[in-house]
Amino acid sequence: MSATGINWFKYSSPQAFHPLAGRMIPWFAAAAAGLILVGLYVGFFIAPTDATQGDAYRIIFVHVPAAWMSMFLYVIMAIWAGIGLGLNARPSFMMAQAIAPTGAMFTFLALFTGSMWGKPTWGAWWVWDARLTSELILLFQYIGIILLRSSIDDLRRADRASAVLALVGVVNVPIIYFSVKWWNTLHQGASVSITAAPTMAGTMVTAMLVMMVGFWMYSIAVTLARVRCVIIERERQPSWGKSASLPDVAEAR
Amino acid sequence: MFQTVALSGSRGERLLFSDISVTVKPGSLLAVVGENGSGKTSFLRMLCGLLSPDKGTILWQGKDIRQLKELYSAQLTYIGHLNGIKDELTPVENLTVSACLAGDESAREVVQKALEAVGLGRPVHRLPTRVLSQGQKRRVALARLWLSTRPLWLLDEPFASLDVTATSYLTRHLQSHLSHGGMVVVATHQEIDLPSDCVQHLRLTR
Amino acid sequence: MSQPSLSEALRGVVRRDLLLAMRHRSDVAMSVFFVVIVASLFPLGVGPEPAVLRMIASGVLWVTALLACLLSLGRLFTADYLDGVLEQTLLIPQPLAVLVVGKVFSHWVISGLPVVLLSPLLGLQFGLSGESLGVLTLSLLLGTPTLSMIGAIGAALTLGLRGSGLLVALLVLPLFIPVLIFGAGAVTNSLAGIGSEANLSLLGACFLFSFAFAPWATAVALRIALE
Repeated sequence: MSATGINWFKYSSPQAFHPLAGRMIPWFAAAAAGLILVGLYVGFFIAPTDATQGDAYRIIFVHVPAAWMSMFLYVIMAIWAGIGLGLNARPSFMMAQAIAPTGAMFTFLALFTGSMWGKPTWGAWWVWDARLTSELILLFQYIGIILLRSSIDDLRRADRASAVLALVGVVNVPIIYFSVKWWNTLHQGASVSITAAPTMAGTMVTAMLVMMVGFWMYSIAVTLARVRCVIIERERQPSWGKSASLPDVAEAR
Repeated sequence: MFQTVALSGSRGERLLFSDISVTVKPGSLLAVVGENGSGKTSFLRMLCGLLSPDKGTILWQGKDIRQLKELYSAQLTYIGHLNGIKDELTPVENLTVSACLAGDESAREVVQKALEAVGLGRPVHRLPTRVLSQGQKRRVALARLWLSTRPLWLLDEPFASLDVTATSYLTRHLQSHLSHGGMVVVATHQEIDLPSDCVQHLRLTR
Repeated sequence: MSQPSLSEALRGVVRRDLLLAMRHRSDVAMSVFFVVIVASLFPLGVGPEPAVLRMIASGVLWVTALLACLLSLGRLFTADYLDGVLEQTLLIPQPLAVLVVGKVFSHWVISGLPVVLLSPLLGLQFGLSGESLGVLTLSLLLGTPTLSMIGAIGAALTLGLRGSGLLVALLVLPLFIPVLIFGAGAVTNSLAGIGSEANLSLLGACFLFSFAFAPWATAVALRIALE
């Protein structure tokens, strides 16, 4: 432990993690803002106009990274839930609790931007194709997890029940990912994959990847901020909360 | 032999009890006493394995009950606050099912004898349990003890809603169980009329 | 020390539930009447044109069966939870997941099987015939137990919570949707003359998958709810 210079176990207690998270948030927030702005600039102004779809396609620079994030975040939330159940560790449950709303937001963003893209391209605000439908199901799952947690008063039961629900719903994520392959529907086939050469122009790929990383930074920043709120809500120990940053939160509550 | 080691428990945000270590030897009864809300029910449920303690372990024959799991549940009979009987079934049916699920003797005659031992006469045996009084329903629930062959009995306020006769039936039956080497843990408000050399008390305070 | 064997415990659990259902025959009747009434609402709302009804038949009948399952989930564990029988079930020295299968089985026999048996008649009402009727019945035969098993997870998670009826629906419907798509799809394909084997096999796969995992998840959820 001391050889690496950082004692990680020190930060596994919520009291120690709270200020650490507070210090990390500005960095991630700045990185997020920077990357998202760059990504949007490249996507909206530099990437070439698409041959078939014109300029309407540019919404994919938000839509596709948002959809990926919605799936990644669900899996990560489920991993934290699983760790919490397996090790009976409250911090893991707190992380899962903090991720859920952001995951739901990205799912909604993916659906909303998908709808905006669908109108000029397919002629309809909404079509029941495989990927959109399974993304909608994912949104319902996020909402279900959040609602279940808020319906249970006992904290321990709320943690564990929503963790079970998150894990049960993980089955849906591969279905969404593969749904485009399995059902021949309107959606594009995957145009970016790890092994095959991308079928889009280089700048488009760059823009999407930049947006992805930007969204990751955003998610981390927001999750850390939310975890801090969760920690305060749960721990409520006046002895360690006397630092300068906390009184603002206490007053807002 | 049954033991708890440094057991701590809480309910929600409230710490109920901490660092409880008791040993219950064969032939002895542990009476858990305390005011309402002091954690007697939670303590008993921890002993059953239904509730996880915050800290500490519970040992059966020296082994952690969390390791033993089903091997441990096969050793105990638990009668909680709720009777665990179905209102739509008759006492005989209820007891037959309970005995079947416990692996105990469940022949009609044996079941009826158990019901009679708690003071429920034959006329009541074939009525749906829904028409019985609270005290009678409690007796149906407790009748399981007359069929049980398991060594450890965990009882939550068994004497509540029992009249004097039924209380004495139960006390005598507990004594007989203890004299055969069984163990009993009882959460109770009342004093139990048993020789003091086989009774120990655990007081839970808020 | 006494211990029931696994089959004894399973039989005991199933027998008790079926015995209770016989005392409450209205439970069986309720599922049946619900499906009949709701299925009849559609021709009344959409119009009796046979071509239209035949087109919506698979979806309507499947959604109706799904809703019937959803509404009956409240009866799966709640009564046992309230009278203390559920905590006794948790203390039976046999794997809880197996006992859960027993409970779900008896629940399905009471609420799901009557719908399956009734489905050919309802299909006829909607203008289905021949092969598509058979596919409808088979898809419901595979699908309704799957729905019951998945639904059991939701019922266990929301045990004893206020507003649990609506909450169960919200939790469980996302998980029902693949089963619905395959089941209704099988009937639609059969009507269109395309083979329904693919959808039926997927339905079978859902059944096996839920049979393997759902009881275990339900058992975990029950222990959490009873702490």
